[in-house]
Amino acid sequence: MVAAALPVTELPEPWPGVRAGWRRTLSVPSTAPVDSPGTSRQWHFLDNADDVAATGMEPVGTLLCVHGNPTWSYLWRTLLAGATSPAAVAAGGPWRVIAVDQLDMGFSERTGTFRRLEDRITDLGDLTDALGLAGPVVSVGHDWGGIISLGWATRHRDQLAGVVLTNTAVHPGGFTLPPALKLALHPAVHPWGTKTSPAFLSVTHGLAQPALSEDVRAAFMAPYRSAARRDGVGNFVADIPAGEGHPSWPALDAVSSGIRTLDVPAFMLWGPKDPVFSDRYLRDLLTRLPHADVHRFEGASHLVQEDRDIATPTFAWLAQNVPSRSQAHRGALADAAPGHAGDAGAFTPMLAQLDARRAETSAAVVDMLPNGSTKKLSWAELARDVDDLAAGLRELGVTAGDRVSLLVPPGINLTTLIYACLRLGAIIVVADAGLGTRGMSRAIKGAGPDYLIGIEKALLGARLYNWPGVKIAAEDFTPATATARKTVLNVAATIPQLMANGRVERLAGTRPGFSTADPETDAAVLFTSGSTGPAKGVVYTHRRLAAMRDTLAATYSLDAGTALVAGFAPFALLGPALGATTVTPDMDVTAPRTLTAAALANAAAAINATVVFASPAALVNVVATAAQLAPGQQKALAGVELLLSAGAPLAEQLLHQVQTLAPNAALHTPYGMTEALPVTDIDLAGIGAAGVGNGVCVGLPVSGAQVAIAPIDADGQVIPTPTFDASVTGEILVSAAHVKERYDRLWITQQRSTSIPGWHRSGDIGHLDAQGRLWVEGRMEHILCTPAGVKTPVAAEQAVELVPSVARAAVVGIGPAGTQVAVAIVETNPAPKRSGLASPALAAEVRAAALSVDMPLAAVLVIDSMPTDVRHNSKIDRAKLSRWAGRMLAGEKAGRP
Amino acid sequence: MSTSGPGVVGGGRRVLVTGTSGLLGRSVAQLLFDRGYSVVTLQRRAVDAPWDSLQGSVADPDVAARAVHGVDAIVHLAAKVSFTGAWDEFVATNIVGTRQLITAAQHAGVRDFVFVSSPSVAHLGASIVGSGAGAASPEFARGHYARSKAAAEEMALAEDSPTFRATAIRPHIVWGPGDTQLVERVVERARAGRLPLLDGGRALIDTTYVDNAAEAIVRGLERMDYAHGQALVVTNGEPRPVGELIAGICAAAGVKAPGYSVPGWLARGAGSAIEKAWTAAGSRGWVHDEPPMTRFLAEQLSTAHWFDQRHTQAVLDWTPAVSLDEGLAKLAAHYRAQG
Repeated sequence: MVAAALPVTELPEPWPGVRAGWRRTLSVPSTAPVDSPGTSRQWHFLDNADDVAATGMEPVGTLLCVHGNPTWSYLWRTLLAGATSPAAVAAGGPWRVIAVDQLDMGFSERTGTFRRLEDRITDLGDLTDALGLAGPVVSVGHDWGGIISLGWATRHRDQLAGVVLTNTAVHPGGFTLPPALKLALHPAVHPWGTKTSPAFLSVTHGLAQPALSEDVRAAFMAPYRSAARRDGVGNFVADIPAGEGHPSWPALDAVSSGIRTLDVPAFMLWGPKDPVFSDRYLRDLLTRLPHADVHRFEGASHLVQEDRDIATPTFAWLAQNVPSRSQAHRGALADAAPGHAGDAGAFTPMLAQLDARRAETSAAVVDMLPNGSTKKLSWAELARDVDDLAAGLRELGVTAGDRVSLLVPPGINLTTLIYACLRLGAIIVVADAGLGTRGMSRAIKGAGPDYLIGIEKALLGARLYNWPGVKIAAEDFTPATATARKTVLNVAATIPQLMANGRVERLAGTRPGFSTADPETDAAVLFTSGSTGPAKGVVYTHRRLAAMRDTLAATYSLDAGTALVAGFAPFALLGPALGATTVTPDMDVTAPRTLTAAALANAAAAINATVVFASPAALVNVVATAAQLAPGQQKALAGVELLLSAGAPLAEQLLHQVQTLAPNAALHTPYGMTEALPVTDIDLAGIGAAGVGNGVCVGLPVSGAQVAIAPIDADGQVIPTPTFDASVTGEILVSAAHVKERYDRLWITQQRSTSIPGWHRSGDIGHLDAQGRLWVEGRMEHILCTPAGVKTPVAAEQAVELVPSVARAAVVGIGPAGTQVAVAIVETNPAPKRSGLASPALAAEVRAAALSVDMPLAAVLVIDSMPTDVRHNSKIDRAKLSRWAGRMLAGEKAGRP
Repeated sequence: MSTSGPGVVGGGRRVLVTGTSGLLGRSVAQLLFDRGYSVVTLQRRAVDAPWDSLQGSVADPDVAARAVHGVDAIVHLAAKVSFTGAWDEFVATNIVGTRQLITAAQHAGVRDFVFVSSPSVAHLGASIVGSGAGAASPEFARGHYARSKAAAEEMALAEDSPTFRATAIRPHIVWGPGDTQLVERVVERARAGRLPLLDGGRALIDTTYVDNAAEAIVRGLERMDYAHGQALVVTNGEPRPVGELIAGICAAAGVKAPGYSVPGWLARGAGSAIEKAWTAAGSRGWVHDEPPMTRFLAEQLSTAHWFDQRHTQAVLDWTPAVSLDEGLAKLAAHYRAQG
């Protein structure tokens, strides 16, 4: 049946983003239970069929888009527009997009009936029958439209080619209604909030982040201007099955269990700030559609379609996952191309050393206690505890593939937990306190752990910030308050309890064996520092985690039997896997700068350490407190043969000071990122030999790693042709067996990072020199696209920092890419009274310094303190600074960066 | 008498330059002359120059007809430039004058027409941050000067055809030794302590050293094959905070730079009031100078305006020869020579 284009006279007004010719009406025979036989219903929908015809190509398939309550097809306008965009056509071909107005909603008929879920799923099928939709269909849903679209999907499996979901829920099975919905359903609130007044509409529209413009808000309101037109809005809310007795419960249950057997590709685009359809529903959906690709738009809310561009990623995802016939052929060829490094080859499990040494009585892990004493576990004891704890966790219900968030400070307890989880094939989620409370909260919610194990402080945070997962206390509570606390903190078990349960199993001889984890399954989720935006979850498989261990071992000759001081978290967890004896110094791990020289020396003395892993911030304090060292402590440090400073670059001068403390140590500063640790390495002598250049010399690639450069064009876009040529500045590319598997629930980010086949795009910028050494020049977003070409800020910043009164400098570009001008922002010593233009004298000095490295400056600003990341307190957020400088120099209110 | 200069580039091509009383017009005429063009100038005052010159107003049709006689190309700078004044005065010189000159030129078979314009014709009051030359807006440009220039520019470019090629060159804030428009006003006001910085002088502003502006205008003529039909903003391509620019000019002139700042919003509001009062007072003959602050000036001093120069530089095949700092050094030398 051909749908009628709506006569022009019936177009009440132009809505922003809706093209003329999209609007259609169609009379559709109804088979819904609520309608008597022979009834027809008048539908209104948006259809881009004319746009597709104009491309002269056959559509790949049809996106069938279903809005929720209280929106209408307008919600999907960006998909209609994007479906025939040049990018979508080039990637996979045009898509037909049909966005419906459900009956009693939008501009479809007001039926005067109360349509329940079963009616609505039937309605949608009636419409697609009437339209005679041929070819593959991808269902797309939002809000309660998600359930209806999935209901259609489960009843049209032969046509179904994929599922796209945005902030929705299929909630039975222990799920309770979100508080906001419970309120909406309350008899006292419901009729007034949904029908009599437009409050429900206003509140929903108000969820957009950032706020909707007036004309868009008006478009969303257009079909619901009178109470008579809002019947559907009220009925929709009343049809939410709050319990098993609700008439729509069976239909809902059929959908939520039916989707478990959908085997088509699925894509979920999510706004985590949604107060109703929150992350918990995403996690629930992932248990039903575990193969789904996910992108969580940090900061976006319920109307994710309005908050972010969902069209570009949707069509990119469709091109990859629901290809047309010609595309499918090309895709098969691409799959045959050489894969990512690390997909094959020998694999030694993370637990191999622990298993091999389970009879040894020598120390495996040592904690330095605040009172100066030590707590030690031998290899035998560690192996036993790991297995006991794994058994106890298993008894509680932890299984392979479950995510376990570990909020426990480094030391014996954390080590035992990590290896117990690895033993079970459970995925460790390590969000460290260095992210700050807000950052950690976002990280944990994003990763969505099934279990959360923490010290009391962390459990309190979990309670306050509503972190997901079954709560487990890392320690027993003191008997006096144990019951009260367990209740308040909602704790299901404690670690000592679980270990005791596991011990009983062992002693009774009833413990089943543990199976070895599949190397290609997920092992760990780590987090980036979040210096440039929210921290990103980074997933490592067992194979890649093991490769990180092997790379470290090969690069630094860390044989089994090495004794190491673990002052840098990500490497610390590798000690038992390396077969190394590991000691954790006495320090507040949330603040690296609390490590004193004495604490470091005591830790080294406890195990006759030969290797030290530390962070730059920790070493700064070690140098500052060196005067306190007693002769015995000095001797312990003299035994150190290798000292690694990882996390951020370290001034050469500081390294020399460290060298006087550890005179026999080779001082190395590896370069790497959460996505690949380490990538290159350089020692103190190498730093001296490299001298001054454009950027920071970070040395040669580590064992098994390759580094290349992707050049950049005049507008700052990456040219996807890797080069090893010297002196070409561009994005740093890494290929190694120990590169991350993927970003966690960040499909778009993952696509960008792997868009150059075989390489991880680091987001860092730099160049190789004639000796093959890598020089890091900053972050990709720090480049300046000036009329004189693309420039990086590092050399100019280093030159400016030589000006005596300058403590720290950042050089940023302002203005449009391609014609940006450079601005220096400096922290002065002493700090300026207020931020603003530098004095003419200082400006002249800074200009001259920058000009000496070919960086003419448009302006010099002083600032009281630079915006930096929480974890390292060293990475300057230049993107923030650039926006601030732009406001300052446009004469606007600048505020804080 | 020979009116073409020693250079060979011009090859004796006869060029009329209007509005050479001012620094920029004089520099353009001198540059053309030096390059071997045959130069004739038209200005209100008599000048002492090695080339032919006519005295009169472009708004006078007889003068215009005489001036274009035997001319191959015209560089039209003559304009009423002021922050204040009655709209009719701007219309007479800037719009009607340009109209008459174009009509006369077309009658006389003049081939090329360079209209010297201003970026203010497209400045609607908001900051300009790395933009290209926007379309001239006779309706919304700020102030009588900018509106009248916008109308004239639109008119000139509308006449562009293969037989009468027209381009608009928009130099942004021209300054240099001997400049009475910007430099001397800044210096005088600073000397009198009447020059506040707005918002601490943070706004990033691009300017044009006079030699660079003159060179770009001459390039407009020489690159007419590419430039015709277009408006091109010309600057030094070196934006600086306005406070630093003013400090630089003051330092060159040996006067103390302004030490106090007022909020931009306040100056913009006060500027409107002062401007109205001054115009009213001027009409009664009470005041004869320019007001200390106008809304237009306040906007110019408190919002950023700097431009994307890539297109201009490509079309004109030109880059500024004198940097901002070199320009300030020349200015300082000029003031030292004056004592």
